Amino acid sequence: MFRLEKRPAPSRFWTASTPVLAVVLTMLAGGAMFAFLGTDPLAAIRTIFWDPIFGEFAFYYRGQLLVKAAPLILIAIGLSLGFRAGIWNIGAEGQYIIGAISGAAFGLAFYPSESILLFPAMIVAGALGGWLWAMIPAILKTRFNTNEILVSLMLVYVAEAMLASVSSGLLRNPDGLGFPGSRNFKDYPAAHNNFLIESAGVHWGVVTAILAVIFAYALLNRHLLGFQIRLTGAAPKAARFAGVNPSMLVVICMGISGALAGLAGMFEVTGPAGQISIDFNSNYGFTAIIVAFLGRLNPIGVMLAGLLMALTYVGGDAAASTLGLPGAAIQLLQGMLLFFLLAVDVLANFKIRFGKTEAA
Amino acid sequence: MKFTSILTGAALALGLAGAALAQEKTKVGFIYVGPVGDGGWTFEHDQGRKAVEEAFGDKVETVFQESVPEGADAERAMTQMALGGANIIFATSFGYMDPVLNVAAKFPNVKFEHATGFKRADNVSTYSARFYEGRAVQGTIAGRMTKTNKIGYIASFPIPEVIRGINSAYIHARKVNPDVEFSVVWVYTWFDPAKEADAANALIEQGADVILQHTDSTAPQAAAEKAGNVITFGQASDMAEYAPLPRVSSIIDNWGPYYIARVQAVMDGTWESTDTWDGIGPGMVKIGEISSAVPADVKAEAEALRDAIAAGEYHPFTGPLKKQDGSDWLAEGETADDGTLAGMNFYVEGLSGDIPN
Repeated sequence: MFRLEKRPAPSRFWTASTPVLAVVLTMLAGGAMFAFLGTDPLAAIRTIFWDPIFGEFAFYYRGQLLVKAAPLILIAIGLSLGFRAGIWNIGAEGQYIIGAISGAAFGLAFYPSESILLFPAMIVAGALGGWLWAMIPAILKTRFNTNEILVSLMLVYVAEAMLASVSSGLLRNPDGLGFPGSRNFKDYPAAHNNFLIESAGVHWGVVTAILAVIFAYALLNRHLLGFQIRLTGAAPKAARFAGVNPSMLVVICMGISGALAGLAGMFEVTGPAGQISIDFNSNYGFTAIIVAFLGRLNPIGVMLAGLLMALTYVGGDAAASTLGLPGAAIQLLQGMLLFFLLAVDVLANFKIRFGKTEAA
Repeated sequence: MKFTSILTGAALALGLAGAALAQEKTKVGFIYVGPVGDGGWTFEHDQGRKAVEEAFGDKVETVFQESVPEGADAERAMTQMALGGANIIFATSFGYMDPVLNVAAKFPNVKFEHATGFKRADNVSTYSARFYEGRAVQGTIAGRMTKTNKIGYIASFPIPEVIRGINSAYIHARKVNPDVEFSVVWVYTWFDPAKEADAANALIEQGADVILQHTDSTAPQAAAEKAGNVITFGQASDMAEYAPLPRVSSIIDNWGPYYIARVQAVMDGTWESTDTWDGIGPGMVKIGEISSAVPADVKAEAEALRDAIAAGEYHPFTGPLKKQDGSDWLAEGETADDGTLAGMNFYVEGLSGDIPN
């Protein structure tokens, strides 16, 4: 038999290579699932993982990858900072929604403005909205010691209810014949997050996501705050002795992740989505949690993980329509990715020893 | 070269390549908002897709994508289908409206059909069904069958489509039973079995013995079956597995004939942008079999109403009718015009509660 022996420190080799191993295992298990569904597994895997980047219509899909990845990366970068310090913001979906509503509402309030200052102001409004929504669980935690996992998660449902309300009330398009949904930002140039390079799918959200990756990398590696975040995650007691103020850290980490989620929502609603509508949110805030862990809570890793997750979405949709795969099969594939990643994490933290257990 | 022109170029190239093939196969795409197994709205659209396959056999190829979120994802899904050579794409949910127009602008040679919307273009048609005609029949049965005089209504979103249904059901329930009261619960979803079951249970606890639903799952049917002595109606689909009780009848969306006609038009080159709004008469709305749990005289009354609507002899919104605030809407014998119905945002007199916004 074999047994597991805890490593004194996580293996650097396995920490870097387990995400790749998890992807390979996902392809194998996913392929088996597709075979059971009566689809050619090779064709399915190729459609999902290869065609969007190198296939016939890659000129379109490559841009879509960035469109899909940008909000995931933006949110996951913020989450990963908190996760490193053991601060669990699970409610990014809510902060994303409130950021979108704040940014959109600010822009729509000045309809039909043509000011070039409008869009920058909307960006600030979006970040502020997400930040404020994240401050609720942060302040409740630091003042009353509530659990930020529960509070931030439950605030997602409050945010969803607010989204439904403003879609059919406050922000409803006055020219929309009573149907829910705001004006479309595509018809409102001063407030529209247009593509900067359309064929590459680059809009302001993509630029901001790249900046966030660089910012987080510098913060973690070059800044005292980054050191405090890492120390708190590794050894909370030692961090306290080193002069880290845990309450301050909660407020800062929740604030950054809330603001980034708010930005993601704002860029999405004014760009690719185009309007506030009842079903505007599509689980980016929850998917970003997977992205953060898939990326090992490391900024560069998060960026790669975001692109990979976007690939499973874009490729998955392509497989759903061209190969007739059920939508649930694609979600299963994405679930497998996280499952295998967590499973192979064992390799990073433990050594596998073969042979009988020695008597202690 | 601009990106849109690349897309158009690709579409043209495909269109030309497709034209050679088109003599043999027309490619038809469907975008669904829910899973094909929802047993309601999406299920019936998928039945329509199957009807197209059956009618044309080898001459068509259909593709579909289920559970497509409304917004950027829908735009990608339709672009994907258009690039893949689809000749006509049916987008089967209201929320796809702006994405349909965006994609249609990039693919002028592909025809688009958008369900329940109001924005059209040269290559974008809209279509919907007059479900409120079915609601009139449903309201009649509900008003006759209720013993507690309390009717629960599970509403999805406060949009004209749903409000029309509530008004139509209420007008006809009150007509046969002046004491009837409606309780409306807004669940803000088209398909969420858990939420729908919660809403049904809450309404039943408040004393409702008839549950009407404008959501797509069979969860309210299951909740009513469990509670006992509660009747329901199938929504979008027949939901006959719950007959004869609690499901006593249903409103069935019958998209097949329309889809077949539109695909035929594409094949013949006669497709034009139109706005279709059909009801019981042309067969787009069907009333599911009225079960044995309904007394014969009530059944006869409901069927007579159905036939009168189908023949065009009766309009479900015929005056005298007042709005909820007591102001006059329709005078004696006057019928509602389609414009007012399409944008309906008010309750008729007698309904309690506010339309949320």
